[in-house]
Amino acid sequence: MEIRPILASLHKHRVPALLIVLEIALACAVLCNAVFMVAQCVIDGRAPNAIDEQGVSVIHIGGLDGRLAADSVSRDVAALRAMPGVKTVAAINEPPLGPDAMFNGFASKPNEEPQVNSSVYLIGKGAEQALGLKLLQGRYFTDEEYAQGELLPNHQSASHVVLVNQSDAKRWWPGQSALGQQIYSDINTWTVIGVVADVIAQDPSFAGVSGKYSSVFFPQRPSAELNNYILRSDPADRDHVLQQAMQTLGKLEPGAVLEGKTFADVRADYFAGSRNLAWMLVLVCVVMLAVTALGIVGLTSFWVGQRRKQIGIRRAVGASCRQILAYFQTENFLLSTAGVLLGLVLAFAINIYLMRHYEVSRMPWYYLGGGAAALWLLGQLAVLGPALRAASVPPVEATRTI
Amino acid sequence: MLGYYLDLALRSFKRNKVLTLLMVVTLALGIGASMTTLTVLRLLSGDPLPQKSGQLFYVQLDPYPKDRPFSRSGKLPWLTTYTDAMNLLHAHRAEHQAAMAMTRVKLIPTTTQQRPFFSNGVMATADFFSMFEAPFQYGSGWSAADDDNRAKVVVIADYLNDQLFGGANSVGRSLRINDQDFRIIGVLRHWAPQPRFYSLYLGGPNYGKGEAVFLPLQSARAAGMDPINSMSYAAGDKQVIENSPTIWLGLWVQLPDAAAVSAYQSFLASYAEQQVALGRFQRSRIGLSGLMPWLDSQQVVPDNVRMQTGLAFSFLLICMVNTVGLLLAKCLRRTNEIGVRRALGASRAAIFAQFMAEAGLIGLVGGGLGLMFALFGLWCIRQQPAEYASLAHLNGQMFLCTFAVALMASLVAGILPAWRACVVTPAPQLKSA
Repeated sequence: MEIRPILASLHKHRVPALLIVLEIALACAVLCNAVFMVAQCVIDGRAPNAIDEQGVSVIHIGGLDGRLAADSVSRDVAALRAMPGVKTVAAINEPPLGPDAMFNGFASKPNEEPQVNSSVYLIGKGAEQALGLKLLQGRYFTDEEYAQGELLPNHQSASHVVLVNQSDAKRWWPGQSALGQQIYSDINTWTVIGVVADVIAQDPSFAGVSGKYSSVFFPQRPSAELNNYILRSDPADRDHVLQQAMQTLGKLEPGAVLEGKTFADVRADYFAGSRNLAWMLVLVCVVMLAVTALGIVGLTSFWVGQRRKQIGIRRAVGASCRQILAYFQTENFLLSTAGVLLGLVLAFAINIYLMRHYEVSRMPWYYLGGGAAALWLLGQLAVLGPALRAASVPPVEATRTI
Repeated sequence: MLGYYLDLALRSFKRNKVLTLLMVVTLALGIGASMTTLTVLRLLSGDPLPQKSGQLFYVQLDPYPKDRPFSRSGKLPWLTTYTDAMNLLHAHRAEHQAAMAMTRVKLIPTTTQQRPFFSNGVMATADFFSMFEAPFQYGSGWSAADDDNRAKVVVIADYLNDQLFGGANSVGRSLRINDQDFRIIGVLRHWAPQPRFYSLYLGGPNYGKGEAVFLPLQSARAAGMDPINSMSYAAGDKQVIENSPTIWLGLWVQLPDAAAVSAYQSFLASYAEQQVALGRFQRSRIGLSGLMPWLDSQQVVPDNVRMQTGLAFSFLLICMVNTVGLLLAKCLRRTNEIGVRRALGASRAAIFAQFMAEAGLIGLVGGGLGLMFALFGLWCIRQQPAEYASLAHLNGQMFLCTFAVALMASLVAGILPAWRACVVTPAPQLKSA
């Protein structure tokens, strides 16, 4: 395919050609960044969490009288455990992805300043089964350890033992076994007795990237801090069991404020904002691509209309339909390429701007590649209609209107 | 003349229905998206107390130790300790001053049929209402003496009064909060400054209908209510936050003019120096920020909203480029018509005006359709679970703004095609026609 005549013709129609280039560039820049952000939202929303998410429901109980809370918690757990369909029940201070996060910083050496917001899980007896934690090394808490667990006046656990996440074990003691190691905070020290597969933070967006999988578990005896009940049941009758449990608790605790959710809903609610953002981005991208495609169709149609005579002459002197088609496709390819190149620079600039002002990470190169390919394809599809119309111009057109 | 141009424009639209429709819809989509997000952005970044915000200032001190600072980037602590808040309040150096914190309260309805429910409550000192100009429907706020005597009194919001007492005057009745009785002494009229500036960092939402109950700080603390947010800067007992190394109070002062501001600034600086001398502080940094600068510096508007606005305006830009292209295609197709008009005596300016009128008409129609899209977009936002969702409504100002933006966008888009149209030389066009 000879490119020079195309370039000459484009040079003559500089302004419309530049408009197409500009439109493709802008669309490409926005598309790359939007798709990248959608991907981030999707990845966030699917963040792994090593508990039995499908079987677990959470009931938040609030407004218990602090002095009687210990008795209430024991009585409620016993009543829930007796319900049909309930596999296990336990109390916890806050579930993963919960709204009232409890963070603290821990260090693996005494007097070292903690760098990470770790989520503090105070778990009541049986919570390891209720949550479905996956023990990788060591052991769970003993009954005695559960009975001794409480919160000191400095808001640290009075227990001397702790379960840690796999990620924390690797971060604190790389290449060593975490079992028997110590972690420190304030004036307190705890010995690691077990390592569990990564449980997500209570509020991962507050915890930040470093704290997303930094969770520590302390045993806690029934107390006012344990104001969430974890119910584990068969995923199939989870909703029914939750409903029954709410009724049972409603009767047992008429003065308390109850809120029950399946863990699937806890997750859905936590990520609702980013899911909405993702949908909005998708919508804008689709509409934007449609607008860009229609713009290309409009301008190319106009070109074709304007050049009917020239096309006719080319046909008359021997060009085939296929060659006319190829002419417009090549022309579009050249414009798209210019647009995409400009667009990639723009996309990169936008990404840097977003990184500086928002919590956006660096865009991997393949989003740029994908965006470029999408715009190339879009351009070729959009030009196909007008180009086919151009190819169907009969050679006799050359003889008309002279 | 404009009437004639509009008539010409309409004729040209009729000739090219598809192209015209395409331009209008494209522009309308761009306008709809950008107006939706702009409305939300303006709502969220608005002035919560337009008549008063210039006089309100947020006070910050730094009790953190040097080796364990509040932030590594040098930010001042968001909140104040009880000791400092009380020292500054009792100094009475500002026209009004109030310390406040947010707490979760359990409200127990008087009728036995309703279950108890949670709501946010403000614990504040007496100047809260007068300083923030919260209007009362019935009764009034509490006095400093009520606060000092730990009187069990409460001011409730209008919506709580509607919910519990059917909107009747409930002053003098009692309300059960956290299993204790409080006497209602005031009912607020609808009061919804947005953003809810005072709740920033106290743990309440930044937007929305606000707190249901307002309690004197000392009374609430005596009744065992704890702040939602508290941060400690040193090891030690955290049970009694009044004398532990904990920051948990927001401190606002009202300063009527620049002289008062600089006077308060030097008072605050000398206070901090004094605390350093006493050994309570290690650094004498202070902060005294006006309400709007404070909100701006803390970036109250959610990132998502700002990012969506940027996205919507880039989309509008793409739509505009697209409109330029289509208008250009249309006008170049009409070179014959332009040639005839020029030959019959129309000046270049007249041709330019004609094409600008056409572009403007597209802008107005696109603006009208864009308004529909914006209304739909805002409706979608109201369905979202965000805390500002219920606020997303179009006001008169944004209604006019929609048309202004649409008209401007279309006129800017029309300049290039109109200029190309008016430089057409008539003679060749007439020959070829």
